[in-house]
Amino acid sequence: MATASVASHSGAAHDHHDHEHHDNFITKYIFSTDHKMIGKQFLITGMFWAIIGGLLSLIFRLQLGFPEMDMSFMKPILGGWIDETGTLDPEFYLALVTMHGTIMVFFVLTAGLSGTFSNYLIPLQIGARDMASGFMNMLSYWFFFVSGVIMFISLFIETGPAAGGWVVYPPLSALEQAIPGSGLGMTLWLISMTFFIASSLLGGINYITTVINLRTKGMSFSRLPLTIWAFFLTAVIGLLSFPVLFSAALLLVFDRSFGTSFYLADIYIGGEALPNTGGSPVLYQHLFWFLGHPEVYIVLLPALGITSEIIATNSRKPIFGYKAMIISMLGITILSFVVWAHHMFVSGMNPFLGSIFMFLTLIIAIPSAVKVFNYLTTLWRGNLIFTPGMLFSIGLVSFFISGGLTGIFLGNSAIDIQLHDTYFVVAHFHLVMGSASFFGLMAGVYHWFPKMFGRMMDAKLGYIHFWATFIGVYLVFFPMHYIGIAGFPRRYYTWTGFEFSNMYTDLNMFVSIAAILTFGAQLIFLFNFFYSMYRGRVAPLNPWRSNTLEWTTPLHPGHGNWPGEIPSVYRWPYDYSKPGAPEDFIPQTVPLSATPESNLPHEQELVKLEKEIIAEEEAVLVANESTNS
Amino acid sequence: MYGFLIAVGALLLLSIIWMVYRIQTLVSVVKGSDKKIASGSNKINALMFVFFLVGATILMFWYSIKEFDNYQLPVASEHGVVTDQLFWITMAVTGVVFLITHVLLFWFPYKYQWKEDRVASFYPDNNKLEVIWTIVPAIALTVLVIGGWRAWSDITAPAPENSHVVEILGYQFAWEVRYPGMDNVLGEHDYRLTSATNVSGVDFSDKNALDDFSSPVVVIPKGEPVLFKIRARDVLHSVFAPHMRLKMDAVPGMPTRFWFTPTKTTEEMRRETGNDEFVYEIACTEICGRGHNSMRKEIRVVEPEEYRKWLADQKPYIVNNPSLVENLPADLKELAEITISEYK
Repeated sequence: MATASVASHSGAAHDHHDHEHHDNFITKYIFSTDHKMIGKQFLITGMFWAIIGGLLSLIFRLQLGFPEMDMSFMKPILGGWIDETGTLDPEFYLALVTMHGTIMVFFVLTAGLSGTFSNYLIPLQIGARDMASGFMNMLSYWFFFVSGVIMFISLFIETGPAAGGWVVYPPLSALEQAIPGSGLGMTLWLISMTFFIASSLLGGINYITTVINLRTKGMSFSRLPLTIWAFFLTAVIGLLSFPVLFSAALLLVFDRSFGTSFYLADIYIGGEALPNTGGSPVLYQHLFWFLGHPEVYIVLLPALGITSEIIATNSRKPIFGYKAMIISMLGITILSFVVWAHHMFVSGMNPFLGSIFMFLTLIIAIPSAVKVFNYLTTLWRGNLIFTPGMLFSIGLVSFFISGGLTGIFLGNSAIDIQLHDTYFVVAHFHLVMGSASFFGLMAGVYHWFPKMFGRMMDAKLGYIHFWATFIGVYLVFFPMHYIGIAGFPRRYYTWTGFEFSNMYTDLNMFVSIAAILTFGAQLIFLFNFFYSMYRGRVAPLNPWRSNTLEWTTPLHPGHGNWPGEIPSVYRWPYDYSKPGAPEDFIPQTVPLSATPESNLPHEQELVKLEKEIIAEEEAVLVANESTNS
Repeated sequence: MYGFLIAVGALLLLSIIWMVYRIQTLVSVVKGSDKKIASGSNKINALMFVFFLVGATILMFWYSIKEFDNYQLPVASEHGVVTDQLFWITMAVTGVVFLITHVLLFWFPYKYQWKEDRVASFYPDNNKLEVIWTIVPAIALTVLVIGGWRAWSDITAPAPENSHVVEILGYQFAWEVRYPGMDNVLGEHDYRLTSATNVSGVDFSDKNALDDFSSPVVVIPKGEPVLFKIRARDVLHSVFAPHMRLKMDAVPGMPTRFWFTPTKTTEEMRRETGNDEFVYEIACTEICGRGHNSMRKEIRVVEPEEYRKWLADQKPYIVNNPSLVENLPADLKELAEITISEYK
């Protein structure tokens, strides 16, 4: 059997190999259909956007921490947005906040995280030569790229980019009279998001199809690494929710440009009464959050999947409760669609709906809690190796706890009355969604860098990067809880106009300084990343001594991933420190029949099955060959 | 000159860091520690988690206790006492979970750091444990939710019949406050009637509107229910009265409401906080444009007698500005003029 199937597969592999000789610069690095290159494209683009998004936040943190500051030194970049006296324009401040949110949520944490690792890891970890459709995959990246270009252009237009908050609630986002950013800037925002949604859908369809159809022999769903489960469910969520954002955006386009009244009613602005009646701004909020809430899990689940993999590998222990982890992720996937209105407790919607959504919201806390306890139990009695990836994974769990717990306050509608749209919310989602997902991204980069570029990143710089960022993130976001409990509202250019919020100038200054230092620490990472790409130590084939399939590929896998036959899978990916085994890990490609010393009783049963299947397959192959000839 | 010196300094610093980096890389290659599964850094990282745990815990408790009076806003409404209580109960429950999980999360790395001679225990699952930590959080959350749900139901229940009605209209970038006058019924409004003199778009052809009046400050009585009828006329705004624990969006085309009972007059609060300048404030918490951070309105809570006296002193829109009723039909205009003359 072995020889026959090698022959058929290696034929295909040979084609791939031939192809590579014809690859020129454009087909290899730009219009590539290789999932690995596309993953890297997403990563590099995501990093570019992370820098832009981070810099935008530094500008408004300067405003909040040092309101008296002379910002003239930024005039060369910001031009007219800094006036003669060196103060930042309040409308541009709102634009900064809006763009920071949009860029970080969509471009960095959705495309940069899920785009990178779903593309890179799905074929490698399930044992496929590439995605189901390499061409669609390429389109997915280029739609994202175009979306980014349009958003980037919007930063530089005269009326400024969209400035209605990243949620772009109408009527503010629908009426140019209300804020200049709602003119051309908002149009570009909508066009850009349309491309982005198309990109997400193309990617998502591909991830789902690939996971369902292209798993290698033996890779049943119950043997998938948790990373793949996470990417798979993320893609399902995206596929179901992004179209709703598209419809929300489309109706907004109609309201803005074609005189409809989906979201507009009874508006008197700029000295005139508009003709629109009958629309509802709350309708937009429902549609937006129908994506907006699942979006939280779209950015978080891949990070949790990556963490599960890295924590198990570096604890040298199986992930605790593999099935419970999958069930929690399934639970989160389903529940993520029925909690959206907890963003709208005080939006004026019927309070009865508020009660319903409060109950549903607190249900989703349960699978999240289960995941945390499972991570903790995985660490317990492990043999922990602190690679930078592992450190970032532990950091993620910490943020997930801290930010998750404050969600229990906000999910409770009675408590949310006071906390809604204050800095408590800012602290909450920056920890649980922003920082946790960002740490997942970082963990993934450190962990899979050797596979991506064939070299190791410097571990010591990784440690420094981790500790600076971990402590920095807490110094930035933890104080925001106090500011939020004190009632400071979000998206305020300055708080000095109010007596209840004119204290804490010192704390805001502290937060701003911490933010600048934390951003600075990312430069260590950038150096490490690009330097190691060319000059890093050449990586061993399986540097973390991990079980999953990607480490069975050559150091620089070509298009097609495995030069010969795709390996078959005989066991789940978490056989770490199995009693009786000579090493503390057994890769998925090692048959159970080869490890009689460490097999568990039920696996011993499977050995028989394994042998039967092999025998059957051989019989089929022999039969086929005789008919062919 | 300084710029040049700073540049040289920065360059020197960078090159020193670079040298240190290269040297430590070479040293680790010579020592062969890059070949080991876990080098000495493993111990340092494990220790760092413990240091972080201890340091962060101390810092958190120190600051939370020291600053308590600063971030804990005094509460001045009946439902606010309830929601604050819920807040602190939730804080206690989540605080305990926060500490326990973090102690474990940071102590395990120290306790179970890599040792050459130890093997991690193969412990893939335990259904009993999973069931326990599904059910225990479920029960805790249910308790918290039921408390929240009861409070929420009370807060959002229909306002009592005898509530004092105040209309608050948000627009870029201020609040307009309208009182229903002696009849306690607000006149109809139509956004198309809005003008510089009729900010709220009051429809004066409705008889109930004739005694409606405006006030620069929201004046409300202590101990009696007050109903805010909330509107917006251009974009979304949100009425936020932090001391009242009150927040509700103002939505164009969809009036919203929030009722509450203030428990402390402004004077009492001044005595309690020791701040003679203390005022209750309303802020906007829904992004609304350039002046989002400047939509301030004062609330003055007074004793009920004082409130009634104040109410009697107020002059309706039409008295202050008779031109508002000029275009009304004859019979209504007559009625309006009688009202005007009554106030003079």
